[in-house]
Amino acid sequence: MPTFCDGCGRAHAEGDHERCRRRRATTDPPRFCESCGRKLVVQVLPLGWTARCVRCGPVPGVSR
Amino acid sequence: MTRPDIIAVAREQVLERGVGLEEAQVLDVLRLPDARVDDALALAHEVRMRWCGPAVEVEGIVSIKTGGCPEDCHFCSQSGRFETPVRAVRLDIPALVQAARETAATGATEFCLVAAVRGPDERLMEQVRAAVAAIQAEVPINIACSLGILTRAQAEGLAQLGVHRYNHNLETARSYFAQVVTTHTWEERFATLELVRELGMEVCCGGIVGMGETLEQRAEFAGQLAMLEPDEVPLNFLDPRPGTPFGELSAIQTKDALRTIAAFRLALPRTILRFAGGRELTLGDIGTRAGVLGGINAMIVGNYLTTLGRDPREDLELLDDLSMPIKALAETI
Repeated sequence: MPTFCDGCGRAHAEGDHERCRRRRATTDPPRFCESCGRKLVVQVLPLGWTARCVRCGPVPGVSR
Repeated sequence: MTRPDIIAVAREQVLERGVGLEEAQVLDVLRLPDARVDDALALAHEVRMRWCGPAVEVEGIVSIKTGGCPEDCHFCSQSGRFETPVRAVRLDIPALVQAARETAATGATEFCLVAAVRGPDERLMEQVRAAVAAIQAEVPINIACSLGILTRAQAEGLAQLGVHRYNHNLETARSYFAQVVTTHTWEERFATLELVRELGMEVCCGGIVGMGETLEQRAEFAGQLAMLEPDEVPLNFLDPRPGTPFGELSAIQTKDALRTIAAFRLALPRTILRFAGGRELTLGDIGTRAGVLGGINAMIVGNYLTTLGRDPREDLELLDDLSMPIKALAETI
């Protein structure tokens, strides 16, 4: 299991991430790196998105 | 004396004569009980069909400069003044052209380049000039821009580039604006809209409902938009973003959103009324269908600037199911 929540950047073990999961399932791309917890550089495109962590590299994106 | 029923008044005034509701009348629609919302939507749909026709205008939008904005629009996750998850990034020209190509393939006739800025600096204007030229060379689609407050020289430059439409939202009622933005004024936004019209670009101006405004202020906003007579009104519903001052507000209820759609259509019988951000959260599939059958005649398909929308195929299937044709490029110029 990843260390950090990609919705809020906090450790999965800390607090409740239900709201993050809801957002990720509906309206949000990942915002934080699951490996190191840093904010991702995210580019939302009309039919997809790209994301990368400045330390850990690209996050697999989505293209419709 | 009993006040006349607002639906009956609107039927004669808006549907038959094409005269939009005034502010006080819009308020009457916004105050209709839940049991009358379907009546308002049905009338709004008749008005849209009579004065706009069955075609639906489809648009895609993209952020060419994300985050790091100096303004403090309280709904926006791209303000550099709030601790939000959004990091600054710029989109390069090849990726932008590809995005335009993919957007056009959905049937969209408008592609809007959006930047999170107070107004464009020379670096951004140069990026926009290069972007517009590259898209125009390769993709058959109208280009719109949303770059904040413009100087006359910048507006002239965009018009000369062939920018078809310029978006600059007033966001909310004039009386509520200072509760939403403190770093610039409603009047500054209005001045840019006047420039845009004067220089021959189409005016796109809407806002966000559900930011804590009263129903009176929502009606005021509809009335102010009607006086502006924009070519297009994008209607957003607040999607409360984490870290922003409005991040803990609740999304408005579906019935309130639908009442708002009907009311805005009845205030703006001939305007392109576009579904924009927040509909996924506020309306869902059933509400989206009700909105398209309640006065909406344009959609942003796909994703927004920093958040994700519905799969465009779902929206296009909905339009097909409702026998609503997508507006062709030739009809938009």
